This record gives sequence, C-alpha cells and structure tokens, in this order.
Amino acid sequence: MTTNLATKYKIKADKLNLFYGENHALHDIELSIEQGTIAALIGPSGCGKSTFLRTLNRMNDLIDSVRITGNVSVDGQNIYGTDSDVVSLRKRVGMVFQRPNPFPMSIYDNIAYGPRIHGTKKKAVLDEIVERSLVQAALWDEVKDRLHKSALGLSGGQQQRLCIARLLAVEPDVLLMDEPTSALDPISTLKVEELTQTLKDKYTIIIVTHNMQQAARISDVTSFFLNGYLVETDKTDKIFTNPNDQRTEDYITGRFG
Amino acid sequence: MSSKTTDRLATLYFWASGIVIILILAWFMIRILGEGIPHLSWHFIFGKPEEIKAGGGVGPQLFNSFYVLILSLVISIPIGVCAGIYLSIYAQKNWFTDLVRISVEALSSVPSIVFGLFGFLLFANLLGLKFSILGGAATVALLNLPVMVRVTEEAIRTVPESYWEASLALGSTQWQAIRKVLLPAALPNLITGITLIAGRALGESAILIYTAGLSVSRFFPDFNPLKMGETLSVHLWYVGAEALVPDAKAIAQGSAALLLIVVLIFNMLVAIPSRILQKRLSGGK
Repeated sequence: MTTNLATKYKIKADKLNLFYGENHALHDIELSIEQGTIAALIGPSGCGKSTFLRTLNRMNDLIDSVRITGNVSVDGQNIYGTDSDVVSLRKRVGMVFQRPNPFPMSIYDNIAYGPRIHGTKKKAVLDEIVERSLVQAALWDEVKDRLHKSALGLSGGQQQRLCIARLLAVEPDVLLMDEPTSALDPISTLKVEELTQTLKDKYTIIIVTHNMQQAARISDVTSFFLNGYLVETDKTDKIFTNPNDQRTEDYITGRFG
Repeated sequence: MSSKTTDRLATLYFWASGIVIILILAWFMIRILGEGIPHLSWHFIFGKPEEIKAGGGVGPQLFNSFYVLILSLVISIPIGVCAGIYLSIYAQKNWFTDLVRISVEALSSVPSIVFGLFGFLLFANLLGLKFSILGGAATVALLNLPVMVRVTEEAIRTVPESYWEASLALGSTQWQAIRKVLLPAALPNLITGITLIAGRALGESAILIYTAGLSVSRFFPDFNPLKMGETLSVHLWYVGAEALVPDAKAIAQGSAALLLIVVLIFNMLVAIPSRILQKRLSGGK
C-alpha cells in the first residue's frame, strides 16, 4: 500500500455489483472518495444509495440473500478480501442510522460501549473518552449533569448526536450516515449538519440524504444514484448548478423522485 | 344496531370479563387462604410430618419444593436460554431449525404425567437414581425447557433490530452484542418467563409422584439430591388421597394455603427487582 494512494482515496469502489437474491440492486458502481471530504449520495427511494452505503462497512452481510461482486477498498485494502476482518473494518468505518438507536443504557454506558468491547477497561480512560466524544458531538453541555441517566430519556435530536458521539468514541476514520436527520426536527437537523462541518477535518464522511438542500449545504462532492446505477459524481456546486447528465438535472430540479 | 350501541356493548363486555376474572381469583383466594391460614403455625410450616398421629408439619416438603425448584431452574434456564438465542439469532431458515421448532412445540404440549412416566423410566430406572430429588428436578426441567426456549426466543425477538445493528456497526462481535445488549434488553421478558416456569415447578405434582417419590428424608434439612423428596404439592395430593393421619384434611388445607403463599412470595421476589430494572433501563419513564 503506497502512502500516496492511501491519502488520495480513502474509499474506492470498483465494478461493485450487489444482488438481493435475483434482484440486481447495484450495477458496476465506480466511486472514489478522498480523505477528509464529505460525500453526499442522493437519488430517489430505492435507487441503491443506502445499499451502497451499507456495503462500505459490510452491514449487508447481515442479510442472507445478499451477494456481492467487485471490489471495495478502504485505505487501499479490499474489505471483501478473504483476509479482511469485518469487526476491525466496522471499527474503522462507523455508521449512523436513519433512526437514532441508542442502547437502553445510561448515556455514559452508551458512549463507553464501543471502547469497552474493544478492550478499554480503566475508568479514568473511559471517563476521558466519554467527555471528549460528547464534546465533539456538541452534546456535552446538554448531558454532562445526567450522564448516568438512561439515554432513552433524551430527545430525538439529542439521541442522534449521542449515536454520533458513541461512534466517535471508537475513533473511526470514516463516518457513514444513512439519512441521519430524516427523523429529526429542523433545529436538531441544523445541529447535526453543523456537526458534520466540524467533524470533516478529522473524518471522511459519506452521507445519504433525501434532502437536496442538505446535500448542497454540507457536502463537497455529490453522487447521484438512479435505479441501481451511479449516474454521476462531481463537485457539489457543479452537480447542483450544471450537471453533466440530463437525468441528474431532472432529479435536482424536481422533475421526478 | 348502530355502531355506537355495539361499541358500548363491547366495552361493557370487556369490563365484565375483567371483573369476572377478578371475582374468580378473589373467591379462590378467600376459600383456600380462609380455610388454610388457621392451620398455619410455626410448627406446621417448619415441623416434620407424622405418619400415624395428628399434628405433623410440612417442613421437609417445603424445603424439597424449593430444592426441586432451584435444581430444575439450574438445568432448564441455561439450556433453554441458549436454545432460544440460537433460534432467534443464529438459526437460518432450513429443515433443521424447523425441526427444532416443531420439537419445542411438540414437547410443550406433552401432558406432565407423561413426562413423569418418562422421567421415571429414564432417571429412576435406566440411570438407577430411584426416587430422588435430582431425578424429579431433571424431569421438571424437561417439562419447562420448551417453555423457556419459546420465552427466550420471543424475548430476544422483541428487542429492536436497531440495537443489534448499532452494536455490530460499532465493531462488536455477535457474542458481544448478544451478551451486552440483547440479553440485558430482553431481561424483563426473560424474568417473566422464569417466574412462569418457577410457578409450574413449585406446583408440579404428577411428574414428582413418579420421580421424586412420596416420602421425605429422616433428616431435615437434607441436601443430598439423591434422596427421596416429596414436595409440598405432592404432599397435598398424598394427604388427600392416601394418608392415614387423622388430621389429613387440615394438613391439606394448610398445605394448599402455604403453597399459594409461597408462589405469591416467590413471584413478588422476582417481579419487583425486574420492575426496578426495567424502569432504570427505559430512562425512568
């Protein structure tokens, strides 16, 4: 692995095809994402953008009927190779889900969950990780007095930021976000969006969104998916002002989807 | 009839059903406890039984009831929980899993006296345990195993899929996700299931007549699990059917009341911590 390649492309999908049983859901996806960028995946429902996102940390492995051909590499290593370890992959490539999914535990235990399963036991270290992660996720001030109360008592927006903090606690390199604000109110959405901006220095973020203003606001590059094909990838400004493909233009101007 | 009238009638019917259940339970409790409690005394609860004279106690039987209960839980909980986890998480949909599931269902519909006969043949005869607390407990565990499997499977299935995904997405192994997230989240339902089978174990008689026998050790308390061990419910049947003591009726009434009280206390001992736990897990809401 050359350092040049690793710094250039954090994630690279090469002729990626995915099948749900007989259903061919992703067709020859070719996509490279650079380190330290925010990439948005847009497209109508069922276009394959979430499916693609879930191939990047192998969450599709949980579905029995899924079959994948082609390559996905993270830091130049094929994650579908025979020597690839899915547990350490998911530690590096973390995921935030559409609905906030905190565990039914205290706020503290939610954040400490990841470090604990990866072997951190010392309370002082865990305390430090919990505080740092919550600060990074812009949630610390709101919860610092109730760390040992259940996370289920938080509002939806707070829960989603908690899930982001929980993810940051395992120190991943890549954050996958699957419509992270679709279940949130506008103010919580704004907070999560601001958060992505502060996180982008340290992390590569790939975000699936239905909200095109959101994609335009926060992302550096945007990829447009349609019916399992990746139609076009370009700088976000370019996609939203002057896309190359007619279908992209039709979608972003609201002619379908 | 207008839909409004139907609605009112339905509401009335639901209320009535609820009240009928409360009345049946109340009547039952008043009869059993009313007739039994006057016979309860320190000596009755903890004393040794008599074969000929009046005035015997049920101490060893009470002890044996709990001994059988605990031994049977020790056998059925680990196996039942693991099988339930297997069915709800690991099992793929194929003929083997279907077979496991059908077996579980078939087992849970077998009458307990048939289990008793089976336990008698297997533990008492084949394995040479004779009538013993261990053989009785093992057979009761067999009776309860399918229930424990089903309860665990259901309890794990009701845990939201999102917990499972969240844990795996943080890089946990499946086992870590099961042990640290799924089982704790399923615990309240698991505990309900455990009270259910514990109640059955405390109340079981048919099985234990065949496997644990109708008499008790000369020593009290006797922790030897290979000794014969009549339990309280079996004693209740025994004094009603075969006993020679003149105060058999009083002993039966007292035993029935004691059994009821013991089951109630046991359920509360399990249910209250479980409530507190559930409250803590769900954020005190």
